[in-house]
Amino acid sequence: MGDKKTIIINGLIVGFLSALLVKFGNPINMGICIACFIRDTVGGLGLHRAELVQYVRPEIIGIVLGAFLMSYGKKEFQTRGGSSPLIRFVLGFIVMIGALMFLGCPLRMVLRLAGGDLNALFGIVGFAFGIFVGIQFLNKGFTLKRTYNLNKVEGFIFPIINVFLLVLLISGSSLLIFSQKGPGSQHAPILLALLVGLVVGAFAQRTRLCMVGGIRDLILFKDWYLLSGFIAIFIAALIGNIAFGVFNLGFVKQPVAHTDGLWNFMGMALAGFGSVLLGGCPMRQLILAGEGNIDSVIAVLGMAAGAAFAHNFKLASSPQGPTVNGKIAVIVGFIIVALIGYFNIERNLSFKVKGDVKVEG
Amino acid sequence: MKANIVDARGRACPEPVLLTKKALELFKEGVDVVVDNVTARENIKRFAKNLGYNVDVKEENGDILLIIRKE
Repeated sequence: MGDKKTIIINGLIVGFLSALLVKFGNPINMGICIACFIRDTVGGLGLHRAELVQYVRPEIIGIVLGAFLMSYGKKEFQTRGGSSPLIRFVLGFIVMIGALMFLGCPLRMVLRLAGGDLNALFGIVGFAFGIFVGIQFLNKGFTLKRTYNLNKVEGFIFPIINVFLLVLLISGSSLLIFSQKGPGSQHAPILLALLVGLVVGAFAQRTRLCMVGGIRDLILFKDWYLLSGFIAIFIAALIGNIAFGVFNLGFVKQPVAHTDGLWNFMGMALAGFGSVLLGGCPMRQLILAGEGNIDSVIAVLGMAAGAAFAHNFKLASSPQGPTVNGKIAVIVGFIIVALIGYFNIERNLSFKVKGDVKVEG
Repeated sequence: MKANIVDARGRACPEPVLLTKKALELFKEGVDVVVDNVTARENIKRFAKNLGYNVDVKEENGDILLIIRKE
């Protein structure tokens, strides 16, 4: 932990396993995608009606449970919450709207690039821009206020919900919807996907792997630690994709992607902006949710709600491109995130000095 | 030595690091930082060490005290 080698190994494993999941049936360049898979899961539960993207993804369940088991074993499991819950819900919601404009979370953005999808470049530039904007708020003293210790039992609820989902999935319950065609019908075997999720969740719990944190820490602190994990994912997925013969360089006819550069930029800019204020990318929120962090559970629920609305209100892009509704939603999203940023700036920063003299920062 | 204390308990990442950064800009000799989670501890340690500070860590009752001093 805190060790650059470990996070690079972590990144290499995530990248390779993502390529492997594609080999075994996941959609191309979608070995793991937190935004897409939360959306698929929400669809599998019947909370939206987009028939092509309905499947309870075992990767998500695995990541949550992997992080839970690892944090519990390492005595880092801590139930805490109460840090601006509704704002976190709204930010999660908006991050999802941005991600589904682009068609992928920050992790899938890297995987898309590693598959040769050059549209992801617009996403990465937008993502970095969004993070840069968010950092301006952090530097001015943006905070969602402190979090508090809660009853330990509350922290178990989210992992238990995931176990319940897993039981439904394995039993092929008729309560769930399974896409018959489209991306939702393409998936690796349940056990393999679950195992990959467990490994990724457990590892990322140790290394704090985070896409948003990577760029944020580089800009803020000139710290390459988290970003090195990001780069490792890219390299391993690139090698894996070439080895499995799915690498395809170019802009057009990329799987589950569109070619509208401006809106690829805008979507990820919004996702980056919102994620910085949340303190981490969708994957990191999922990991923290497994560790007992109720604030992150709320953010994940916000993402789930955002995913449902993104399809119910036709905000999500398709391979044909973005929708008008989606464009409006992204712009409104920017305004809301900026307002959240502005109204949560703590202007009087004070440090205690021993001897009780206060210093205004 | 008179030391300055940053209370970053309950703050989510990256706020503890930002608070430490601001405190170190005011008090270049060093500061004490109190946090209550391992992520914050690791991030602050890494940050301070990158700036060439020494970091001592003491833990009690779930609180973690980081004593950051110039070499």
